[in-house]
Amino acid sequence: MAKVSIVCRGIDIYKTYWRGKIPVEALRGVNIEIKNNEYISIMGASGSGKSTLIHILGCLDSPTSGEYYLEDKLVSQYTDLELARIRNKFIGFVFQNFSLLPRLTALENVALPLFYAGVKKRERVEKAKHILNKIGLGDRMAHRPNELSGGECQRVAISRALVNEPKIIFADEPTGNLDSKTGAEIMEIFDYLVEEGNTIVTVTHDQNVAGHAKRIIKLKDGLIQHD
Amino acid sequence: MTNIIGKITLSFQTFKAHRLRSFLTTLGIIIGVTTVIAILSLIEGLNRSVASQIQSIGSDLVFLQKHPMVMAGPRNLEEIANRPDLTPDDAEAITRLSSVDVAIPEISQQASKIKYRDHEVAQTRVTGSDENYSRVNNRFVESGRDFTRDDVLHRRSVGIIGSYVASNLFPEESPVGKELNIRGHRIMIIGVFKEKGAFLGQSMDNFIAIPYTFYEKIYSQRRESVIERAFFGYSVDIKPVPGKIEKAIDEIRELMRRRHGLTFDKPDDFEIGTQQRLMEIYQNITRVGFVAIVAIAAISLVVGGIGIMNIMLVSVAERTREIGIRKAVGASNQNILLQFLTESIILALIGGIIGIIFGVLLARLVSVVSPLKAAVSFWMIVLGFGFSAAVGIFFGIYPARRAASLNPIEALRYE
Repeated sequence: MAKVSIVCRGIDIYKTYWRGKIPVEALRGVNIEIKNNEYISIMGASGSGKSTLIHILGCLDSPTSGEYYLEDKLVSQYTDLELARIRNKFIGFVFQNFSLLPRLTALENVALPLFYAGVKKRERVEKAKHILNKIGLGDRMAHRPNELSGGECQRVAISRALVNEPKIIFADEPTGNLDSKTGAEIMEIFDYLVEEGNTIVTVTHDQNVAGHAKRIIKLKDGLIQHD
Repeated sequence: MTNIIGKITLSFQTFKAHRLRSFLTTLGIIIGVTTVIAILSLIEGLNRSVASQIQSIGSDLVFLQKHPMVMAGPRNLEEIANRPDLTPDDAEAITRLSSVDVAIPEISQQASKIKYRDHEVAQTRVTGSDENYSRVNNRFVESGRDFTRDDVLHRRSVGIIGSYVASNLFPEESPVGKELNIRGHRIMIIGVFKEKGAFLGQSMDNFIAIPYTFYEKIYSQRRESVIERAFFGYSVDIKPVPGKIEKAIDEIRELMRRRHGLTFDKPDDFEIGTQQRLMEIYQNITRVGFVAIVAIAAISLVVGGIGIMNIMLVSVAERTREIGIRKAVGASNQNILLQFLTESIILALIGGIIGIIFGVLLARLVSVVSPLKAAVSFWMIVLGFGFSAAVGIFFGIYPARRAASLNPIEALRYE
């Protein structure tokens, strides 16, 4: 088991965005600390700011104010290029709608982060194959997303998040588009990944999904209500 | 390296998905490059043929004329018409210069028709000169004999015909010894010139050379109009001693000024030209055409480029989600920029390549159906390629930058 250390830390994070001329305060001073090998579920009703929070934690978005640190480095000081590298190698992201590229095969989708990491083609294929085999899609590698079921697509997306061996995995409503049985299968994968030593943060409004996590953060109106 | 290949493969995948759209987009470039290649190769073909024609007149000739070689712009025709005519005596005097090998008088007109039994030729040029005509003009008497000094001195009614006249008037028999009739004068054919070929579809062998003394008898009427007086008189063709062309020009000028009694403060009342000069004048004329073509091509390439920019902007908008996904898994702005830029460059290059192929085919077609001979050079293909790549870069950079600057989370939310 990896030693316990802080992977990321958000201090007094605010996020305001504009819907037309109306400011929307999605986050209003969130403090959060995520340690290595934690399994956290962020819960809240829709509009509570949970998606905004996970996007900021995943470096897809930046806070309006407040400080966000990844391994003690202030994210706002990174250049665009450094942020791209972080998204590529440090973070794995799983989306509700899978977000696979429709024209690429499962294998190519999984290998995409390796392409941007500058890995050679043969190695890319090898690594992507290895992960797909592990996740049980060994026989679906040449299929395109529209030839796969929802559960299979999400497993491809998880494989893609894992392929660069990130320090932390964020999953935004990973079971939101799946039936409950498939959703449960996906959650089992997350359980297994945590056992393997990964750090996972999921966002959900589903009590069953949150139940898998060891730590639950409840968000309401842009504030942490319960940790 | 793998990155470049990866990007190119990626681009082709996109084009395959939108085959018709990609083709229509490149149409502007295809048309632009086709035009450039076709017209450039025709101009080049023209240039080569003119160059070889000018050379075949005779190497390093100097021409002495009453009128300028090319009348560019409005000139005082009256002034030119009032200059003293050049004469065969001038040619003789010039021949005696130390830097000159030989000089001949030359005068010509077009005969409307020449007949022999049931055959006839039209627009045949009748040229009066002397016994050195073929020597100066790089002509060669193939059958029969050349002129002699006596033919000229005794004003003999003899002529040497070009091969075009020979083959059209005498398809089955030898022309030597036959008689032709021009303006009521009988001319005995004593020889046939070797063929020189066609120039811009016009035969250079449709002419008949006769002694200038005899020519003066046939065309004896006075030249009345300004144009006739300015242009229809004698000129002198001079073959200088090899390597002394500059000295020859100086000596001829000095001699002619003396013969025309010009004082030092008066300008020349004759014109001296060289083949070099002729070539330059010709090149100046084609350069104008060349610039016009480049301008037209530039316009069509800009139009083509805007087409590419337009379709790339559409493509960026359509693929906003894709861009978001790529950025989420670690694509940098530069990665996205290069992806879209590669696409627009390849799109433009495909248009360029198709344009080059069409242009070459079009030039070939023109060569087959018309007397213009196209000459496709390597530099034109490089030019076509370079132009289309430049268009791809120039008009692709804005859409690509737009794609690259998209915020990942907004791109991901885009439906």
